[in-house]
Amino acid sequence: MTDILLFRGIDEPGLATIDVYERRGGYKALRSALGQTPEALIDTLKGAGLRGRGGAGFNMGVKASFLPKGNIQKYVVCNADESEPGTFKDRELMQKNPHQLVEGLIIAAYAVGASKSFIYIRGEYGLQADMLDAAIGEAEAAGYLGDDILGSGFGLSLYVSRGAGAYICGEETGLLDSLEGKRGNPRLKPPFPANAGLFQGPTLINNVETLSTIPHIIEMGAEAYARIGVENSAGTKLVSISGNVQRPGNYEIELGMSSRDIVFGLAGGPPEGRSVKLWFPGGSSSPVLTADDLDLSYDFDTLAKAGSMLGSGAIIVVDDSNSVVDIALWTAKFYAHESCGKCTPCREGTTWTHTMLGRIKDGSATPMDLDIMASVQEHIIGNCLCVLGDAMAMPIASMIQKFRSEFEEYIETARARSEQALVAGAAR
Amino acid sequence: MTIDPSSVARYAGGSRIPGWDDSADLEKDPAVVPDPATTPVPDDLRAEIEAEMAKYPEPEAATIAALKAVQRRYGWCSPEGVVQAACVLQLTPGDLVGVGSFYDMLNMRPAGRNAIYVCTNISCSLCGAHDLFAAFQEHAGDDHDFQVKSFECLGACDIAPMASVNGQYVGPLDPADVPTLLQQLRDGQEPLPEKQLARRPSADPNARGSAS
Repeated sequence: MTDILLFRGIDEPGLATIDVYERRGGYKALRSALGQTPEALIDTLKGAGLRGRGGAGFNMGVKASFLPKGNIQKYVVCNADESEPGTFKDRELMQKNPHQLVEGLIIAAYAVGASKSFIYIRGEYGLQADMLDAAIGEAEAAGYLGDDILGSGFGLSLYVSRGAGAYICGEETGLLDSLEGKRGNPRLKPPFPANAGLFQGPTLINNVETLSTIPHIIEMGAEAYARIGVENSAGTKLVSISGNVQRPGNYEIELGMSSRDIVFGLAGGPPEGRSVKLWFPGGSSSPVLTADDLDLSYDFDTLAKAGSMLGSGAIIVVDDSNSVVDIALWTAKFYAHESCGKCTPCREGTTWTHTMLGRIKDGSATPMDLDIMASVQEHIIGNCLCVLGDAMAMPIASMIQKFRSEFEEYIETARARSEQALVAGAAR
Repeated sequence: MTIDPSSVARYAGGSRIPGWDDSADLEKDPAVVPDPATTPVPDDLRAEIEAEMAKYPEPEAATIAALKAVQRRYGWCSPEGVVQAACVLQLTPGDLVGVGSFYDMLNMRPAGRNAIYVCTNISCSLCGAHDLFAAFQEHAGDDHDFQVKSFECLGACDIAPMASVNGQYVGPLDPADVPTLLQQLRDGQEPLPEKQLARRPSADPNARGSAS
């Protein structure tokens, strides 16, 4: 049950070439989509209940319907930045089945009436970008891209744009600035990209997995797709499982599967003799859950109710051999480095959280610092242009809340250790 | 009280601050687009940048690609290369430096030609990335042929701990693999072919669970 839709036949040799992809029924959905009106397509996408797979989980069809109608220059941008720690599903999709993404993107562009499109891929994914370039070349030669696609009168150009290493460029407006050749600083919203996005034109931005799902929805119909999964979380999801598990990797699951079945059934659980201490259900930006939460159903609403989020679908499992202080420190270090520096609460908040966690580590912190750190998180959340600061504040705040006694114990032992070292140093 | 201008110490370029002689040339306008007539640009570099510019409605969008082209040619975003790219893009060199300094993969200072990015994010750290990074620093830290960076999540947590070696993903790595890997790079060979993500058999049961 790990290859239902998107991963169907993913390991077939040569799937990345257009011959094998077409033999497996590829580009049929595009032909059928071009025979429908754009309005009908958007209705299909809305009816399928496909929620964005990049992290925010917004209904994709509704987002597409926000773009203004009429004869203006519109754009479709595929967000292939995938820099959320723990996430590597898009890498696999682009490397092994790039045509699925290209087909989905062409259908989305036809539905919103865009004539220019870009795939913004992170600079580190050199191999995947090459695969996409090759796939786009093949699609152009076959007439699926160009001025007049399959004689429908609809034209689309598609280019791959490579980033150069910045987490913030996965945030949609930061991505747009980077795509325009600037520093990847997020923009003030509104206006949302649907109204003024790339080069100030109306822009639809979707994740690789979201766009790759579109051909399947067109093929099976909105109703059949909506029946997969559970209410409000239709369809399948690629989950990337990593950390302290025996079989890390990408798995395709039906939304609503029990988290325990994913962590233990698919990924084999933590190594022999270890138990789950905490887990991130949706990348390092999601508030952590504990072993008690493993029976939660893995879908958007259940995880949100449990105080966390499904995010990008990246499960990071941490076993009981690790200290929560280390996990918090690694998390904060990442966000402090990646903050673009535009908004003060994020720039200062991430840096000081990292510094304070460093003090806890080296034994110069007091229990009061925990309260200060918790209040810093409160002041970041909701006070910046984008959610990068929140993405650090939420997991750190959840760690302090759920593992407070361990933090306090760590502070005491680290203080005692450093005091002993001081005394020993003075006596020498 | 008047100050005799000749009594004020001036350094090169009219700067009054010692140590800044070279970096600030006050007689030069910093916001000048290089003149194509007086800026020689290598033909292949120009062709590469112009091909990128053609993809976008606004040529400025090719900035990152242009800086990467400069880095491939000169090993880093050298002042000479930045001026050449600015000339093709018709931007100021300052625009390009401002963009380049934002991104981790662009070197605004000279760096070793072998780029080794060791992922030290949560998933890799849980699997021993800090020992791996220490091993890289120990064996390649002083060697100017290598640039070893502790990098953020590279999107390959299934092969943790891992590193990106000249763009090639290798993992899972053991600190003991490091000397072999570095020697292979010195000899101009592929780094640890059996551990490369790109060459891993597609139907690897360990990679994706028991899917097949």
